[in-house]
Amino acid sequence: MAGNIWVLAEASRGQFSEITFELLALGREVAGQAGAPLEAVLLGSNARELAQKLGAADAVLYADNAALADPVPESAAAALAQLIKERQPAAVLVPLTNISVDVGVVLAAQLGVPFLNYCKDLKAEGGNLAATCVLYGGKMEATVTVSAKPAIIGVLPGARSADAGRSDKVAAVTDVAVSLAEQKLRFKRYLDPAAGDVDITKQNILVSVGRGIQTKDNIELAQELADVMGGAVSGSRPVIDQGWLPLTRQVGKSGMNVKPKLYLALGISGAPEHQEGMRGAQTIIAINTDAKAPIFNIAHYGATVDLLELAPALKEAVEKRKQGA
Amino acid sequence: MSTATALADNDNGVMTLENLARFPEGQKVYSCMQCGTCAGTCPYGDDIQFPPRMIIAMLQAGLIEEVFASPGLLNCVTCYACMAKCPRGIKLTEVLLPLVKEQVFTHLKEVPAELQKALENTMRYGNPLGESPRKRALWAKSSPVPVPVISEIKRAVDVLWFVECYPAYHPRGNDACRATAKLFKALGIDFAILGNEEKCAGECARMLGETGLFEMMTDSNLKLLRKYKFNRIVTGAAHAYDAIKHKYPAAGGDFEVHHTTPFFAQHLAQLKPKLTKKLNYTVTYHDACALGRHNGFYDEPRALLQAIPGVKLVEMTHNGVNSICCGGGGGGMWLDTYYAQKGSERLSERRAKEAVETGANVLAVSCPYEVSRFEDALKGLPGGERMVVRDVVELLAEALED
Amino acid sequence: MDILVLMKVVPDVVEELEVGPDGKSLDTSFLRTILNERDDHALEQALILKDKHGGKVTLLTLDAPDIDDVLFTALAKGADRAVKICGVESVQSTQTVVRIFSEVIAKTPGLLPVDLLLTGVSAIDDLDGLMAAPIAQQLGWPYTGVVTQVTMADKTATVIKEFAGGVRGEYDVPMPAVLGIQAAEKPPRYVPVAKVRAAMKSVTIETVDAPAVEAMAGVEVQQMAKPQVAGHAEMLEGLPEEVAGKICELLAKRGLI
Repeated sequence: MAGNIWVLAEASRGQFSEITFELLALGREVAGQAGAPLEAVLLGSNARELAQKLGAADAVLYADNAALADPVPESAAAALAQLIKERQPAAVLVPLTNISVDVGVVLAAQLGVPFLNYCKDLKAEGGNLAATCVLYGGKMEATVTVSAKPAIIGVLPGARSADAGRSDKVAAVTDVAVSLAEQKLRFKRYLDPAAGDVDITKQNILVSVGRGIQTKDNIELAQELADVMGGAVSGSRPVIDQGWLPLTRQVGKSGMNVKPKLYLALGISGAPEHQEGMRGAQTIIAINTDAKAPIFNIAHYGATVDLLELAPALKEAVEKRKQGA
Repeated sequence: MSTATALADNDNGVMTLENLARFPEGQKVYSCMQCGTCAGTCPYGDDIQFPPRMIIAMLQAGLIEEVFASPGLLNCVTCYACMAKCPRGIKLTEVLLPLVKEQVFTHLKEVPAELQKALENTMRYGNPLGESPRKRALWAKSSPVPVPVISEIKRAVDVLWFVECYPAYHPRGNDACRATAKLFKALGIDFAILGNEEKCAGECARMLGETGLFEMMTDSNLKLLRKYKFNRIVTGAAHAYDAIKHKYPAAGGDFEVHHTTPFFAQHLAQLKPKLTKKLNYTVTYHDACALGRHNGFYDEPRALLQAIPGVKLVEMTHNGVNSICCGGGGGGMWLDTYYAQKGSERLSERRAKEAVETGANVLAVSCPYEVSRFEDALKGLPGGERMVVRDVVELLAEALED
Repeated sequence: MDILVLMKVVPDVVEELEVGPDGKSLDTSFLRTILNERDDHALEQALILKDKHGGKVTLLTLDAPDIDDVLFTALAKGADRAVKICGVESVQSTQTVVRIFSEVIAKTPGLLPVDLLLTGVSAIDDLDGLMAAPIAQQLGWPYTGVVTQVTMADKTATVIKEFAGGVRGEYDVPMPAVLGIQAAEKPPRYVPVAKVRAAMKSVTIETVDAPAVEAMAGVEVQQMAKPQVAGHAEMLEGLPEEVAGKICELLAKRGLI
């Protein structure tokens, strides 16, 4: 398999996402297996300083262009396409996040190659790439051979630990030039969530509710429990979509990434998009009447009792203990 | 042939709000004297915006469209209270309300989320809980008494037990199922269930105004029932009983059907000697709307309870024909959040308060919605922790000799 | 404002999924399909825009088991026209479906012009790529995905795209454009069964023949299996009160309460 292994770095408003380092960790392994260099690609404007932080890679290709200042996927894809044409990498690992996924799929469309989706593991063997991909909301895993050139691969968050992809080494940065036409898509502004609400990423204890909470009213049970435990209420996407909790409480792919000391998941099935947002919690306790719910695969403790009965019972138990203590 | 019948024949016997006057029961609607007893007795009288007497007045004034455009009738839990009290004997819940609610439902700008999910689940999976149809008979596998599935035993049976959704899928419903199986066995009854092919009877969808969904479920269940041979249908679900008894004949399925409570009461002479365990409960019985007001079964559940050794019966303030609905009918089962947002009191809480006031330690019920609704309501109630909710069949099974 | 909505069905995961005899695809014996949830949102977004601006909503889909129910439901909700592509294997890789859709859109008279092409941004079976971007590439139209809000004015659509942490981005997209919908502004509406049945009687689903397309090479499934559970939670048994007690214990042990 000829060509380098590339990782598309993801930076938003001057900050790298954790997944950038996760992909560098994975990329390092794959590059080693392939006997090829690992290169990080950073696309931006006045972001050279950031590029130096990607020392885990053998080299960083930094493309600076005013058109790359804003998150316009078409521009990033066009830049990548040029770089790929010039440098012919074997594979490009793309973060599977809302920010980068469009870059990946537009790039793949421009090159006329597949975009391997939902990849959770990757290795180079026998001149090809072998990937493990998650399908059907986590119910199946497929082992897939990727022979496309270049292999554009969307990698899920959590494939490797971010720490394994960080390095104190100052990266060797190569400036690369891209020329970009005006894109049809125009980025206007970021919309930040309303300030003043609880920042769930800073909470030690989260009582999180999913579809199993059934009604908006029942969220009160979670709130009472959270109050007694000194925590806050968060929720999975369906609960936010219904309007039962504000956007600022959403845990998961489009919401917050939380790492509390305790994550109590009530009535959450644990689809991959949700797991992304909370798998880093220190202690995960899951309550779900479905014994096969994927959440139990990452929870430390679980029970299949009815959450509507457990929440008040747990509140009482905690209250009693706090009074006794 | 009277003119009324001739005209009714031209409509294919189907009553609508336009042709009401051509049917005897429809004519009765117009005999309303606007006394307001219906509004006064309606548990959601304050919230319903258009109680029956107002609907009739609006109909007569040519303003019925205004009623259709209002979501107020989503508060009608089809408890039959208005119909039971109407001094003119107008079949309000049977005749008028379904016609009006069908229009209200079609006119809704937005169907409340939980209700929408329940209806879509029923359509897709044959049950409002959204569980796989292939798990509908799973509860039977863990029943200590064998529960045959009629398609597997391939023979005629005496009793076709129509289990229904909540009993099949809800853990507390499973408890009632296991109890029912025990009772059938004790009485030596030859029974079987439909198994995974059974679908929701859809009576609550019908009473909500989703008549299309009811027809869909009826078609499916009738096709199924016609495949098998049995003498009679018995069901522990009061709403399913209503559907099979009152609606299936017109759809082409005329079956002898019983609800478990009156059914076991019929067998009391045989059952009573087997009720040997003394339970020492003070029990108050909640009259289910479909069973009591609609079909007149007030004495039977009480006879059963009084046959249990050690059971002392006490009555709630509103009992028998005056019973207050648990709030689960007519779609209410999935509208609690919607009602709460409107500021309507939860009916199950109102009723649970009455139950607790009796000082009883058991609240006995005979409809699968009631168990979860009352258990939920008792949780927040002072004194509620001293009371448990049990289906009548659960109490009977508990008292059964080993 | 005319809109074309591309829809597909995916395996319904309410049922247990099993691997088929070939070891690399799903066992189809008890498999049920359901409309891709994101496509349901794309349809809802199209109908919301139609409610606001008028125009026609056309549906395009591949033939599949139970697809007629899906199409009649969408028509009953307010879509104007449904076109079904017949003569294909119902299980196809996403990129093959893209090629089929692209050919049909280009060659079937009357599907274009539209102002917007909407489809769900992703589906649970999208292994070799997503749909919307390659279709936009074929049409030469701009594309943006993960869209949760769309407003239209004249020749420009303003869309809100979800990022992470509750942050969103606002973009202007000249029309005609392709949008990959993550969520409609409101959850998909309900349509009474009676209306769906009425649609079945009054509307015909149009059919076109599937063009022969080459599958896209480069991705090959070797094996499919249920995920190996690397770890599993320690399950706490008992009634809710007992479980609550146990949880309380272990929280206390960990200094969390």
